[in-house]
Amino acid sequence: MNQKNRLQSGGRIDRNQPMSFEFNGQLMVGYQGDTLASALLANGVDVVGRSFKYSRPRGIVTAGADEPNAVVQLGATEATQTPNVRATQQELFDGLVAGSTNGWPSVDNDFMGMVGKIGGSMMPPGFYYKTFMFPQSLWETYETFIRKAAGLGRSSKESDVDVYDRMNQFCDVLVVGAGPAGLCAALAAARGGARVILADEQSEFGGSLLDGKETISGKPADEWINKVVTELEKTEDVLLLPRSTVNGYHDQNFLTIHQRCSDHLSDRAPTNQPRHRMHRVRAKRVILATGAQERPLVFGNNDIPGCMTSTAVSTYINRYGVAPGENLVVMTTNDYGYQAAMDWHDAGRKVSCVVDTRETVTGYVVDAMHERGIRIMTGSAITEVHGSKRVKAVSIAPINEDGSKVVGPAAKWNVDTVASSGGWSPAVHLSCHTGSRPVWNDDIIGFVPGPTVQKQLTAGGINGCYELENVFKEGLGAGKQALKELGLEPTRLMTPKVESHERNPAMALFLVPHRKPMSRAPKQFVDYQNDVTAGGIELACREGFQSIEHVKRYTALGFGTDQGKLGNINGMAIAAQVQNKTLPETGTTVFRPNYTPITFGAIAGRDCGELFDPKRYTAMQPWHVANGALFEDVGQWKRPWYFPKPGESMQAALNRECKATRESVGILDASTLGKIDIQGKDAREFLGRVYTNAWAKLPVGKCRYGLMCGEDGMIFDDGVTSCLGENHFLMTTTTGGAARVLEWLEIYHQTEWPELEVYFNSVTDHWSTMTISGPNSRKLLAELTDADLSNDNFGFMDWKTANVAGVPARIFRISFTGELSYEINVQANYGLHVWEQLFAHGEKYNLTPYGTETMHILRAEKGFIIAGQDTDGAVHPHDLGMSWAVANSKPFSYIGKRGMAREDCVRPDRKQLVGLKTTDPNVVIPEGSQGVFDPKAPIPMPMVGHVTSSYWSENLGHSIAMGLVKGGLSKMGEKVYYPQADGSVIEAEICSPVFLDPKGERQNV
Amino acid sequence: MLHIFCPHCAEYREEEEFHAKGQAHIPRPLDPEALSDKEWGEYLYFRKNPRGIHHELWVHAAGCRKFFNMTRDTVTYEIHETYKIGEKPTVTAQS
Repeated sequence: MNQKNRLQSGGRIDRNQPMSFEFNGQLMVGYQGDTLASALLANGVDVVGRSFKYSRPRGIVTAGADEPNAVVQLGATEATQTPNVRATQQELFDGLVAGSTNGWPSVDNDFMGMVGKIGGSMMPPGFYYKTFMFPQSLWETYETFIRKAAGLGRSSKESDVDVYDRMNQFCDVLVVGAGPAGLCAALAAARGGARVILADEQSEFGGSLLDGKETISGKPADEWINKVVTELEKTEDVLLLPRSTVNGYHDQNFLTIHQRCSDHLSDRAPTNQPRHRMHRVRAKRVILATGAQERPLVFGNNDIPGCMTSTAVSTYINRYGVAPGENLVVMTTNDYGYQAAMDWHDAGRKVSCVVDTRETVTGYVVDAMHERGIRIMTGSAITEVHGSKRVKAVSIAPINEDGSKVVGPAAKWNVDTVASSGGWSPAVHLSCHTGSRPVWNDDIIGFVPGPTVQKQLTAGGINGCYELENVFKEGLGAGKQALKELGLEPTRLMTPKVESHERNPAMALFLVPHRKPMSRAPKQFVDYQNDVTAGGIELACREGFQSIEHVKRYTALGFGTDQGKLGNINGMAIAAQVQNKTLPETGTTVFRPNYTPITFGAIAGRDCGELFDPKRYTAMQPWHVANGALFEDVGQWKRPWYFPKPGESMQAALNRECKATRESVGILDASTLGKIDIQGKDAREFLGRVYTNAWAKLPVGKCRYGLMCGEDGMIFDDGVTSCLGENHFLMTTTTGGAARVLEWLEIYHQTEWPELEVYFNSVTDHWSTMTISGPNSRKLLAELTDADLSNDNFGFMDWKTANVAGVPARIFRISFTGELSYEINVQANYGLHVWEQLFAHGEKYNLTPYGTETMHILRAEKGFIIAGQDTDGAVHPHDLGMSWAVANSKPFSYIGKRGMAREDCVRPDRKQLVGLKTTDPNVVIPEGSQGVFDPKAPIPMPMVGHVTSSYWSENLGHSIAMGLVKGGLSKMGEKVYYPQADGSVIEAEICSPVFLDPKGERQNV
Repeated sequence: MLHIFCPHCAEYREEEEFHAKGQAHIPRPLDPEALSDKEWGEYLYFRKNPRGIHHELWVHAAGCRKFFNMTRDTVTYEIHETYKIGEKPTVTAQS
């Protein structure tokens, strides 16, 4: 295909650098400097997609972020697929592959388009709500069909091959937008010595100056742009970010900038370069110089390809050297719309006429039209466009003064392009992100930023200031104001000289009248992407939706990837008109981040794959891996789960590990248990307040188990605390609870009892902890230590310092298995050495490593609880039958005491933890099973508690379980039933949870 | 993301370093046993949910690990002040 719409000269493209690309399977050529949109227009592509609901053919409407139609699927390979890219913002590169997001079987011959044509009148707003609600069971069927028809693009089925990046930034002044206002603001701020970031979504700085033919101080605008940019580049502490969209304005001047580092270079990012980078900026001052976006007018069939905004027409001619048609008609409510006619004419193409909706117009624009011999039709409007895949003609009719009625017959003009201008809408989006509502300004017929609590300044188009000279002034003024607020000295700067014109006042017109009423007129599109029409908004209002937020949700106005940039103000104006309200009364919907769609990659940055979440390993990790351990996540820790031999099933491995520990000796890596070092003269008093049991008399060298409760009396952690010295204790916590417990201790110390002298420090990572457990553990340890391990001199719940395998160690004689056990703690770096020494000596005792699963079984055989498994935040110590761990005689009302005494906490029929012995010893009740007393009771059966722990015990030869049962502690020997999802019922007898060695003799030998 | 001045570190740090710990100025009753279940329940569970000025307890979790109080506007997210435990706020809903 040749570039039939490409002009011979002009534009910021390089005709010596052709670039080939593919669109919907067709090869085309554009130039360096093109966007995908300008290249498509140059190649004469009219239809770029199909609309959401009616599947109407759609063409390119704008040249920027507000583009609703040219939303394409990008990517040459499966891995680089990117959905919903605006062709107007995608720079062309050699080898680019893109396709229409929707349209089946093709955009030119669309199946749904025919449905839309036939059934268009049958698809009112709320169509999906009204049609696909019932029967609900069919929703999944509907959904597949709707999704396919809706064409929302698709994500890659393969992993993203590119790298994304994130960077934290700070600055004195962040200038958003590098148009005339932004460049002036940045220049003023930089000259004053501020640390400046200037970000703009386009590839080049200059903003609107790039799209026009302005001269500044008598020279082409780009000379001025180059001068300013060069100075900014050379200034220290100025960061220039092109291709960077400031996407979100968050609290306390925190802004996110989405920089597209290599989207313009190739299908995937060049080696060692990120594809996108997210800048997270904390700015002392923000200057919004985001400009304004042109509103198209709403008229009949205004979506037929060939209808564009008037600035888009000028931009394509001036910046890209593309005239997207042969014969233009312009409709405008203001003087700025005439620019498209001038540019089109000057490009050597025919302008049929300018249709001005105003009664009279004088001055500069009239002269400019006369010079070019272009006819102006005042007091008129284009009421309707004719054509299907391209504009063929328009109907022009006279309208009354306020634009509410057609007052005469329409004449048909043959044209192929329609440029419309309904005036400017300031790009207030960012200023609204932190909750500020924009305010309507009648003078400029638009919303401007409202009051805000942010340290924010605005300049230029965003304020409704459109005359270039004033835009420069506002930019410089904002830069100086920022300096002043920061206590920096502004320097004197001259406002660039530009030609200015007297303007006729603009007319506030949004919807062009048609001789038929809104509901009968040809479709007048407000939001192209979501197929929201003026008639649809009228119907929504008629059906009782008054709030603009409700109208929005009912019609889907502003829902698409363009977020209503093009259509929202028109839609609100039409809702206001229908409801006989003013625009400020109707108000706006809320703009939220992000300003334009952003890739998940940019959000994730490097936090993916291995770096998604930190992993914590113990010092013995290499040994575990070498010995075939499978791992379990406990918080961020990777803990050995079990150690299967080759070919061994999980249950067989657990059985072997359990037997070996009870019969000889097993070893567990317990390094992950939380360890908190507690010191200070009031440490003992403090422990007495946070634990339920007594600590006043625990002597040095002794250990004690403690339960920790919340103020509500419910257990939240447990562990053994050892007295290392008179004012020195070592607390252990559950693996997952370590950080929470430390914060718990701190909050009570810092906020309630600051008078207590006590200090806490996490020492979890300082120590490697290995527990050897089983009847042969003493013999094994004796081979590696000189400590006296005799029961008389080193009894149960004692601890000692000694050398183990030549390394200083703390040995704690505590047990979580009920066996004779020693917990050896050494400095973390020695952990692997001591572990290996234990194995070197342990072979003759069949020393067997075991993981968390065997640990769970062994402790359950003894009825030891796991906080968080057998407790759930609604269980107090008495519920567990652990009243022995509660010392109510302590003088201080410890945390949990008052909570446990509440009326509800002393009910005898609370759910209490008991042992469960299945009638069939081979059945293991699934954990979480809900119990009932009468399995034949009518449904819903009263549920009496759930199974918290349940295992096969190889040592006992039957299953064991613990569970909460209503009033369970007084129901020993009674039956409880666990109905299963498959209809079966498991019968169990309530018993003591201590299944093995009830007198605790094994740990005391 | 909030920008928070830690009164202990005496500098602004990003919200990521902090944890919010709920309403501030709820002292633990000195004699819990003297309270009725209702009074104890109110201490345990009942919290304010104001529109506007709110006093909150925060901790500089990934910093100095110290707790402090913050006066924050729940509508605008403005932070009016941060102050140490034991100190009184200078900005209140009444002021």
